[in-house]
Amino acid sequence: MKRRTLGLASAGMTLSAPALAQGGPVEIQFWHGLAQPLGGLLEAITADFNQKQSRFRIVPSYRGGYPETMVAAIAAFRAGTAPHIVQMFEVGTGTMITAGRAIKPVHELLSETGVSIDFEDYLPAVKGYYSLPDGRMMGMPFNSSTAIMFYNKEAFRRAGLNPDAPPATWAELREAAQKIKASGHEMPFSSAWPTWCQIEQFSAIHNLPLASLENGFGGLGTVLQVNNPRMTRQLALLMEMSREGSFRWGGRDSAGDAVFASGQAAIIHASSGARARYLREVPGGAANVGAAMLPYSPDVQGAPYNSIIGGAAFWAMNRGPNARRNADENRGIAEFFAHLASTEVAAKWHTDTGFLPVTKKAFEQVRASGFYAQNPGADIPIQQLLRGGGQMTGNTRGIRLGGFVEIRVIMQEEMERALQGQQTAEAALNNAVTRGNVVLRNFERANRG
Amino acid sequence: MSQSAIFKGVVVPYLLLAPQLLVTAIFFFWPAAQAIWQSLLREDAFGLNSEFVWFENFIEVVTDPTWLDAAFRTLFFSAAVAALALGSALFLAVQADRNIRGATTYKTLLVWPYAVAPAVAAVLWLFMFHPNIGIFGRALNAMGIAWDYKLNGGQAMGLVILASAWKQVSYNFIFFLAGLQSIPKSVLEAAAIDGASPRYRFWTIIFPLLSPTAFFLLVVNLTYAFFETFGVIHSLTQGGPGKATETLIYRAYTDGVMNLNLGTSAAQSVILMLLVVALTFVQFRFIERRVHY
Repeated sequence: MKRRTLGLASAGMTLSAPALAQGGPVEIQFWHGLAQPLGGLLEAITADFNQKQSRFRIVPSYRGGYPETMVAAIAAFRAGTAPHIVQMFEVGTGTMITAGRAIKPVHELLSETGVSIDFEDYLPAVKGYYSLPDGRMMGMPFNSSTAIMFYNKEAFRRAGLNPDAPPATWAELREAAQKIKASGHEMPFSSAWPTWCQIEQFSAIHNLPLASLENGFGGLGTVLQVNNPRMTRQLALLMEMSREGSFRWGGRDSAGDAVFASGQAAIIHASSGARARYLREVPGGAANVGAAMLPYSPDVQGAPYNSIIGGAAFWAMNRGPNARRNADENRGIAEFFAHLASTEVAAKWHTDTGFLPVTKKAFEQVRASGFYAQNPGADIPIQQLLRGGGQMTGNTRGIRLGGFVEIRVIMQEEMERALQGQQTAEAALNNAVTRGNVVLRNFERANRG
Repeated sequence: MSQSAIFKGVVVPYLLLAPQLLVTAIFFFWPAAQAIWQSLLREDAFGLNSEFVWFENFIEVVTDPTWLDAAFRTLFFSAAVAALALGSALFLAVQADRNIRGATTYKTLLVWPYAVAPAVAAVLWLFMFHPNIGIFGRALNAMGIAWDYKLNGGQAMGLVILASAWKQVSYNFIFFLAGLQSIPKSVLEAAAIDGASPRYRFWTIIFPLLSPTAFFLLVVNLTYAFFETFGVIHSLTQGGPGKATETLIYRAYTDGVMNLNLGTSAAQSVILMLLVVALTFVQFRFIERRVHY
């Protein structure tokens, strides 16, 4: 207790004293969930930071995919060995925000250490996702993405479609997929992250509620509302396309990425962050990969609205239930976050990977450099986020549900059963709501304290 | 009875037993006790709020229709795996028991799959049967059979049964072969001289004499299918599509590790623990004394 107080006091007075007293850099453990090539690019950023200064050393380590990283961090916290920083996918946001003393909220971290980050410069969709209703930042946004549509230009040409005029509406998408199928393609259209791309994004783009209380932003008492008539019709359309062979299920979570990368799927809805991989792997190379916004249905008044973000953010964690960080460690975390917020880092990450430029300055800098002119399609994600004039509604701000990992799996399971023909679209979404609400109530109960 | 007089007092025996007791306590009793304690609690993921709820978790588990589905699915899955693994192992063992050229090589090769870790075995099967990248998967599709285990529950179930059974065949094979070789040749010769056909000899002499081995293997195989097929299912289907390949052990994993519902997951583990106790009891009570190794 005494040491902690001393540490706090000395951090307040001078910056260099604690580091001198300890000798050697302060190690900051950083767990992330990005496989190659993204993981390598991320670790290059930490290496940059380590080289730029000598007081702190960020030690990155890959812990498997996002869900595995989340589970590992939580288990480590319970054992008193949590990492300083953990990368958490957007689905875990609700869990992290309600995690109490397990996390160190970013606004607290900054005010205690005196490091400043200009969050006003962050894209509203990004900032809103990770802040409390009063605007205080809880997590540190980093690799934000949104779902967009990629298409194989060669497949379009073979089907007699114009490779520079991708389908903009669902009707056009279906027609294109049918033509591609007729040209002998076995997988005309597929989707990665099926619930995110086909249910969550569809709901946002058409201003449909995924859950009550502004998709959970308004509190833990939220209930799922995906069984609304418009969403039901959309799932029925997917089922119909699946039956006629114009849509093929690509598997759960990120499994669908592979079918486009291998050239098998002609059209895919996937994370904009998959761009780096596609440009590298799709047969025919970068010239063969087209990008477009997700399609919409004009029958919905006001559509298309903005899409929502996905990807991941960084969270500062306490070491264990009864173990806080010392001032040095907090300082190191804060300075690393400030490094991530710098325009250079954000801009480079965006152009290297296809994730969003999370700050307006980074976006301006990339635009001024002529990158979008040289790389057509690279600005699709950000344009799609600003679609609808940037007028966000309670349905398009994002999703903040506790136990969302489980709810996603439930929605995937019900979709799979529907696409197999075992149940109707209506039954699938009703089941998803019933089962998902149980998860929400359990989460509410466990976290009301 | 006279042997008990070797050690006087209780100190030395307990001292000698201590290492084993310690290992058992630390690695078996302690985690088991923790699981039981956890199954009576409700906690948030981080373990910061916790509420003692008595048997609410158990009630929630056994009244959940999807859990009951998983229980019946597990029975079907285990029966299928055991039947397939025992049947093919017996067939192979009978073939290997004959005097054939290269029998040693043949036997050695048959034992290999047992050394393959379940997850690795699943990846091998994935590379064979993946609808897009697997050799057989692509071939099936090319022949006009709509093979896609990622979206066809029946096909997914078939695949995990096949992969799980394949792993267990080697183990069964060794036991069956040993069992066959311990059957006295004179009995078979006598039957042959009396004019019994090979098939008749198999069903009336070999099979009954093998039955203790078969019964033992049945229990082992059921236990395997219940508890050790996690790796295969996780690598191949993750319990999907829908819940088509979700067994009880996979369910406990999903609820506890992925969904972070430690209470209900612990309750499921305790139920599974009782099942193991029952199976072990059956094995010791009825089989151990009859089986011939």
